[in-house]
Amino acid sequence: MLEPGLDTFPKLALRNAQRIPRNVAIREKDLGIWQAYTWAQYVEQARLIALGLAALGLARGDKTAVVGDNRPELYWAMLATQALGGIPVPLYQDSIEKEMQYIVGHAEARFAVVEDQEQVDKLLHVREQCPMLEWIVYADPRGLRHYRERGLLGLDELQERGRKFAIDNPGHFDREVAKGAADDLAIILYTSGTTGQPKGAMLSHRNLMVTARNAIAHEGLTSSEEVLAYLPMAWAGDHMFSFAQSLVAGFTTNCPESAATVLHDLREIGPTYFFAPPRIWENILTSVMIRIDDASWVKRRMVHFFLDVARRVEERRLGRRAAAFGDRLLYALGRVLVYGPLRDNLGMRRIRIAYTAGEAIGPELLGFYRSLGVNVKQVYGMTESSALVSIQKDGDVKLDTVGTPLPEIEVRIAASGEVMYRGPGVFLGYHKNPEATAETLEGGWVHSGDAGVFDRDGHLKIIDRAKDLGRLADGTMFPPKYIENKLKFSPYVREAVCVGGERPFVGALINIDPGSVGNWAERRGIAYTSYTDLAQKPEVYELIRQEVARVNRSLLDEGPLAGAQIRRFLLLHKELDPDDQEITRTRKVRRGFIGQKYAGLIDALYSGGDHVKVEAQVTYEDGRTGTVRAEVRIHDAEAFAPGIVR
Amino acid sequence: MTPAPPPALLEVAGVSVRFGAVQALDRVSLSVRRGEVIAIIGPNGAGKTTLLNVISGFYHPSEGHIRFEGRDRTRLAPYDVAALGIARTFQNVALFKGMSVLDNIMTGRLLKMKGSFLLDALYWGPAKAQELEHRAFVERIIDFLEIQAIRKTPAGRLPYGLQKRVELARALAAEPTLLLLDEPMAGMNVEEKEDMCRFILDVNREFGTTIALIEHDMSVVMDISDHVAALDYGRKIADGTPDEVRTDQAVIDAYLGVSHV
Repeated sequence: MLEPGLDTFPKLALRNAQRIPRNVAIREKDLGIWQAYTWAQYVEQARLIALGLAALGLARGDKTAVVGDNRPELYWAMLATQALGGIPVPLYQDSIEKEMQYIVGHAEARFAVVEDQEQVDKLLHVREQCPMLEWIVYADPRGLRHYRERGLLGLDELQERGRKFAIDNPGHFDREVAKGAADDLAIILYTSGTTGQPKGAMLSHRNLMVTARNAIAHEGLTSSEEVLAYLPMAWAGDHMFSFAQSLVAGFTTNCPESAATVLHDLREIGPTYFFAPPRIWENILTSVMIRIDDASWVKRRMVHFFLDVARRVEERRLGRRAAAFGDRLLYALGRVLVYGPLRDNLGMRRIRIAYTAGEAIGPELLGFYRSLGVNVKQVYGMTESSALVSIQKDGDVKLDTVGTPLPEIEVRIAASGEVMYRGPGVFLGYHKNPEATAETLEGGWVHSGDAGVFDRDGHLKIIDRAKDLGRLADGTMFPPKYIENKLKFSPYVREAVCVGGERPFVGALINIDPGSVGNWAERRGIAYTSYTDLAQKPEVYELIRQEVARVNRSLLDEGPLAGAQIRRFLLLHKELDPDDQEITRTRKVRRGFIGQKYAGLIDALYSGGDHVKVEAQVTYEDGRTGTVRAEVRIHDAEAFAPGIVR
Repeated sequence: MTPAPPPALLEVAGVSVRFGAVQALDRVSLSVRRGEVIAIIGPNGAGKTTLLNVISGFYHPSEGHIRFEGRDRTRLAPYDVAALGIARTFQNVALFKGMSVLDNIMTGRLLKMKGSFLLDALYWGPAKAQELEHRAFVERIIDFLEIQAIRKTPAGRLPYGLQKRVELARALAAEPTLLLLDEPMAGMNVEEKEDMCRFILDVNREFGTTIALIEHDMSVVMDISDHVAALDYGRKIADGTPDEVRTDQAVIDAYLGVSHV
């Protein structure tokens, strides 16, 4: 339960200003220097903004749109709005005008606090369609000196009005803060749905506070953490880490100078608590590898040698086995020579806890950071759960799960395979959208839209979007994308398409990776002429058969998925190609199209024969089309019976 | 009729420059008003850069006068011109390639620095205070031109478009009254050009800096300038608002070649 006097974020901020007034609450790099604001200053700034908004007539229940990069002023504006009983609505700063217009109109925002001219220009346009929007307040006056639009105001001017308002209305701020209650609406976060209009998830102070508090206890966070606020303010994760948890725990939020300087600022700050989606982890790794490849021969050899040691040690560690004695010694040496300096260079030396979430992260990518000693863990959550559902515990990390549910959160897998959860962080519903709310919220349980399973150790595994989940003829759960991703983790598999919906078992159409398989073949003296030829070599089949067996073994560990092992597979005689419309330009498999085009091959998987003759139309680079003829062999895969210990 | 024009910031009166047999400028007169953006256009070899060089003191005219802020400035050396408040950028970027962006921009502050060798060497007392003050000013320019991410990068490693922006930053560091830009957008792609246009307009509006620029891209010229002067074979052939100059027959013949209307 929440303490009665501390049940809203403004009340928490006042507590911080009283208990730890001199601790740094937020920092921003401005004019090349990190400018720090203490909790006392944080509250004072927010108070003046609140009083200014009160002077403009903000009433309880009014919405304030907040748009811009992560800036202290914008965090203050959110707190200020909450202090008056208003509701902040952060928007994605790079969203197009039409999207902004929808959200501002749908939320019926009367006020907007924005970063700079770019956002002012957008909102002035938006206002033509949304007359509800009365005031636009900007933090950075650059380029706006000559604007004469009505209802446009600089933040300094707003705070000045706040000062005057305070003289005429003493005690107003404290009175309004005291009126707030735990179950008041704290924020509306619009989720950018892949289909249809964005939906505004409503979260109460209680939702966010209890979630923040439980995660802080679970992870052992303290008031001395440093976090980098660089992901969009409209995203539930940033709101949780940079606002809710920062206020609850009293730790410091750091705003980078600009989007382009994030990696540099990361080094300067050296956060102790850090979040990044897989894409950013990957970018950082790539930039490191490029620099290592540029280094002198000796250094390069040394780095690669010790990275290999780290990988071996980490593999053992994840399997809860002690590493070989020699490796342990080498790891200690590597810490001095490579891992430490590398972490320092990345700005990750002080990281105690780092998260990745949002999409599947490749095990080798996660393994790389963990082997360096960066404690990266997977989390699972969404806006509707106040950002967090489950987190991997320290010392209980697996490369392919999202950990165990946080305290007070229950997770179950519906009969359909969908992950459902309930707990104190579950949102109040979608703003002005009871239909969508009814679809998602069912007796306190949230339909996550994700399909998942629990493994033997109670770790949750997200395997697919629930709507993509298939069923075999006997009703066994069949997540095609999940199995395909497992196949693709092999360096020898470039693409894979799994079939099995309404079929007796799972079959796989596999594209070998011509580079790595070609290399492998050359090293073994296997001669080949073309991709088609290479793909039909018996040795290559054997190679891939082992990869399929690896995938099957791992499925065995995953409860209901043990029945979704691959029974038969074939190697495609041509590469899947966007020019042939088999995959999209972003390399997403076009399942329906492949189902039609390769119907013959798929039928052959299930007919029991061991080969099939094919002809395929291919489009050459110059636009001409031709035909590839081949005989494709079909192989049985090694499948494993559940319950048998290897 | 238009109201009486405010007094000119810069007055070029009957200036001629001759290189041997080549008459680079032939009795050119031009008046630049305080606070305006003036574009100087003309075909290759028309004398645009020569005109800029005369204004900034690199060349001295064989005849004619230059008055800046009401006083005769015909025969000043470039550093004296700079001290008066005229800064410039170059057609071919002229940065210190091995120096960081920050240091390059700091050189733009040199004229504002009053140093004593000993104090500077010790980095003590007034020298330190002065350095901090100049650094703070430079940081405002870095922020203004949005080049924070390249602050510490050696200038020579930057792409061309960014080098141009750094050059502009260095010119701004001198807090000029009149800023001369020699083809600020040459060799840029559309996006870089748009950015540069925005920065030029912002400088003009935020700091009130008067700007004279040479530019070839006519759409840019029409978009950002208040005043256009056209040169051809060293003579001024037109002078007026962008619309007047665009429709001027002499300009169309000499510079645009064929009318597209």
